[in-house]
Amino acid sequence: MAELNSKIPEGPLAEKWTNYKANQKLVNPANKRKLDIIVIGTGLAGASAAASFGEMGFNVKVFCIQDSPRRAHSIAAQGGINAAKNYPNDGDSVYRLFYDTVKGGDYRAREANVYRLAEVSNNIIDQCVAQGIPFAREYSGLLANRSFGGAQVSRTFYAKGQTGQQLLLGAYGAMSKEIERGTVKMYARREMLDVVIVDGRARGVIVRNLVTGELERHAAHAVVIASGGYGRVFFLSTNAMSSNGSAAWHAYKRGAMMANPCFTQIHPTCIPVHGDYQSKLTLMSESLRNDGRIWVPKDEKKAALLREGKIKATDIPEEERDYYLERRYPAFGNLVPRDVASRAGKERCDAGYGVNNTGRAVYLDFKEAIQRLGRKAVEEKYGNLFEMYERIVDENPYVTPMMIYPAVHYTMGGLWVDYELQTTVKGLFAAGEANFSDHGANRLGASALMQGLSDGYFVLPYTMQNYLADQIGVPRFSTDLPEFEQAEKEVRERIEKILNVNGTETVDSIHKRLGHIMWEYVGMSRTKEGLEKAIGEIKKLRTEFWQNVKVPRLDGMNNELEKALRVADFLEMGELMARDALMRNESCGGHFRAEYQTPDGEAMRDDANYSFVAAYEFKGVDNEPVLHKEELKFENVEVKQRNYK
Amino acid sequence: MKFILRIWRQKNNTVKGKFVEYHLDNVPKEASFLEMLDILNEQLVMKGEDPVTFDHDCREGICGACGLYINGHPHGKFKNTTTCQLHMRKFADGATITVEPWRSAAFPIIKDLMVDRSSLDKLIQAGGYVSVRTGGVPDANAIPVNKHCADLSMDAASCIGCGACVATCKNGSAMLFVSAKVSQLALLPQGQVEARDRVQKMVARMDELGFGNCSNTFACEAECPKGISVTNIARMNRQFFAAKIAEPLKK
Amino acid sequence: MGNCKGLSSITKKLIMAITGGCLVFFLLFHGSMNIVAIISQEGYRWICEFLGANWYAIVGTIGLAAMVAIHFIYAFILSFQNYKARGNQRYAVVERQEGVSWASKNMLVIGLIVIIGLGLHLYNFWAKMQLVELQGEASADGIGLIINVFGNSCYSVMYLVWLAFLWFHLSHGIASVMQSIGWNSHVWKHRIEWLGKFFAIVIVAMFASVVLYYWLIY
Repeated sequence: MAELNSKIPEGPLAEKWTNYKANQKLVNPANKRKLDIIVIGTGLAGASAAASFGEMGFNVKVFCIQDSPRRAHSIAAQGGINAAKNYPNDGDSVYRLFYDTVKGGDYRAREANVYRLAEVSNNIIDQCVAQGIPFAREYSGLLANRSFGGAQVSRTFYAKGQTGQQLLLGAYGAMSKEIERGTVKMYARREMLDVVIVDGRARGVIVRNLVTGELERHAAHAVVIASGGYGRVFFLSTNAMSSNGSAAWHAYKRGAMMANPCFTQIHPTCIPVHGDYQSKLTLMSESLRNDGRIWVPKDEKKAALLREGKIKATDIPEEERDYYLERRYPAFGNLVPRDVASRAGKERCDAGYGVNNTGRAVYLDFKEAIQRLGRKAVEEKYGNLFEMYERIVDENPYVTPMMIYPAVHYTMGGLWVDYELQTTVKGLFAAGEANFSDHGANRLGASALMQGLSDGYFVLPYTMQNYLADQIGVPRFSTDLPEFEQAEKEVRERIEKILNVNGTETVDSIHKRLGHIMWEYVGMSRTKEGLEKAIGEIKKLRTEFWQNVKVPRLDGMNNELEKALRVADFLEMGELMARDALMRNESCGGHFRAEYQTPDGEAMRDDANYSFVAAYEFKGVDNEPVLHKEELKFENVEVKQRNYK
Repeated sequence: MKFILRIWRQKNNTVKGKFVEYHLDNVPKEASFLEMLDILNEQLVMKGEDPVTFDHDCREGICGACGLYINGHPHGKFKNTTTCQLHMRKFADGATITVEPWRSAAFPIIKDLMVDRSSLDKLIQAGGYVSVRTGGVPDANAIPVNKHCADLSMDAASCIGCGACVATCKNGSAMLFVSAKVSQLALLPQGQVEARDRVQKMVARMDELGFGNCSNTFACEAECPKGISVTNIARMNRQFFAAKIAEPLKK
Repeated sequence: MGNCKGLSSITKKLIMAITGGCLVFFLLFHGSMNIVAIISQEGYRWICEFLGANWYAIVGTIGLAAMVAIHFIYAFILSFQNYKARGNQRYAVVERQEGVSWASKNMLVIGLIVIIGLGLHLYNFWAKMQLVELQGEASADGIGLIINVFGNSCYSVMYLVWLAFLWFHLSHGIASVMQSIGWNSHVWKHRIEWLGKFFAIVIVAMFASVVLYYWLIY
């Protein structure tokens, strides 16, 4: 495998993207009609890319696993989307958004990519407003902004607590428009199980029709994977039930490299876990930290009483509350980045100050906000979130403080891509959460929506043309090629192998056990011993899966088989994550190695030895993957210890 | 908690279905309705039986994938609640719970409790968008939008496309769904440009797809998990008449 | 059903709304005439004479008949289409939806009962007044007919039951007309609902008071 070439354009940082666009190759309209593109996933990145490709005149085939493209999990993003518009006149700029994102990512992201992201962020807002997305507005009729974790300016645009929903429906609408025009063809309830490589280029996919159970072959000149992240490797996460990493994982097994797999974001404000049967965790938007204050009791004994249910949170007087984020990080207070807030919460709970019957929760209190703004204003801002909380927990957050605890939320790692979002396999692109590109070791709030839409609306349409420009002479592919034949055969064998095990343990129960291992050893705080143990246990569990999983053999629809195929991949992915975490002997962003911390418990980076992107090359399930390093050069920001104090 | 579940089982759209009764013990009261079904399915798989198929995804009430007719109500009887947000503590211990799929001609059954709602996608494809292309749009603040209109637009836009309105309507009408999209866009200057075409195209598609006619029972609003208002339907009616008179679509 | 194929669902609703709305206006008119029978029997006789079988009354009657016919036919067309749209399989459990009135879900049946009552009413009054006049004979005395019919307890009870059904039909119908023609908004929603109920009460009270007055007096 060739060395990693990130293909960053020449020139000063602020001109790179402009230079790229000025010099890229184009495809003329008559030729666009002859070129096919496959897009896997219909979230923000997938739907926006598909819509844009269709508008340009390419033939697009889009696949999603749900019944409708509008169900993609981007829909669940609550808080907002960042842009460097500087409408509030508080000193924001493209450079500052770039700087905050690089710093927030703990200096483990590629400068050029992040700068481009900040640059196009403004176009995204313009585009979304033009699409009729009902963003929140001031009485003047102009757009409203709010602040969000990790930033000192208000640059977040929002639509109630449903920003992701609105942006996704905007992209879904744009794609629907192209479906109606006939440039985009939608295939719902299909799951991609393999990518087909012909002569070193991605030329198609094998998908399973989830309704009939049949395998289908689809060919194209290029394939875009926009299938989201792999947070469900932890079983419990804020991801949707069908979110999975399989599309990316099979791309990896076909030669695309996987980058920084250990960078996982643990979101600080989720509703705490309450039982074993629980299937998923619910996120409370980070925007709550704008007005909510996080605390635990100062007195350990009081915390114990709270756990036993003998006293209530409201019984603790003001002076006995430890607002630990405000205490530790006076400059950012409750608005420190997610990784910092999560770890601080875990630290308090580990020290015995946690609340809820499990001791795994802290309070998020709106008392002060209600006094300051009035209940009505609080309701207007967060009403739907409060309702959601009350429905799940059965407590009224206007009266008693909310309880929150960190939970797995987002994976910064993903398929390695160059500046053009192309993986190490030619013609195979990755967009949105599925790639590793822009967030480094930690993602800032309201940046995921920005990245998904940036990739789909404003980056891929350019870079894809650049790739397809020399493909215009390549005729459409037949799906009868031996490469398709072979790929389908392998998928069929994989399915048969799972169905033939007929053991005694359900898929979910094995998945939960994997989740426990991951959370325990590859979660918020990692150690060398723990990670080594995790690798061993995951291997054992994987063996057990292939000997003992029970999946019914059914005609047509078979949910258990779908889950089993995904869990089989998670069992391989988890190991790679642990290996990457073990390799990275430093703490940065969402990756915290207990051995590497400052005396006051902050993450300690090792820039001399680990300022690189770790990209792994697949060498067989039971063999160690080969590590490739892409050195990160910081020419436009000063690399320093992150300081939110 | 203990429950007796009467669940509609149907292998596919070509065979007849029937209710099957299951007795489920030891359900934690904090479990959500779908988690309760997960527990049932675990047991069915272990017994070598076919687990119950149902649509679900985000499990936080926003994706709109889940939708079960529980004891005579879509998403159960509680207001502003999706099936995934319905918790078992809301039911009496030992209760019998009847679970059916959405029943409407426009939503054929795929298997058990899972139905095909692609007709809702087709409605949006008919015109539920602003036809702007990527890029080349004015600055986001170039056109101010009245805050009240923006707020009303947002209320209409919170539709999650679950189909409960169609499922609960005695006429199998999709008026609430269509009017929510028509209203969202009609209330914003960006959407007004093609508002007249949009409303006519979407209504025509709705009729083509075999949805029923609205008779203003307002059951849709009563059962909508997002509380979408029927005043959106009135707005759509107004828009439709105005469009038909001023700018009828060319056939 | 050929003629309605080309009409969109909303247009069909509009037809129901306009015909229904016109009938409501007629009821208001008819009711206010009836009230006169309580206030002044002379006045009532004058009204009967004034309307009689004059050309304007005949045009009005034909218009009314057309309204009723169109309303009736479209009710069946729409109900049939709606029945089909519901699919083959019905829900096993049906529970009342909170805030959804019984009347709104049973308008066809209620309407049919109203139509049957209308038949009785036409037989009792119209056939003996305008119809006979059209046939060239003298109309019966209006007040005499009222006394005759409502003096009979059997008829009075039937009329009151009929009016009760009419109330149900109107209690949904009037607000529904407003909704269908698009005169509803988040500000007016509840006001329209109450206005609909209010006018339904006013109309039915006007008719019922005549029935009760003559039943109890004679």
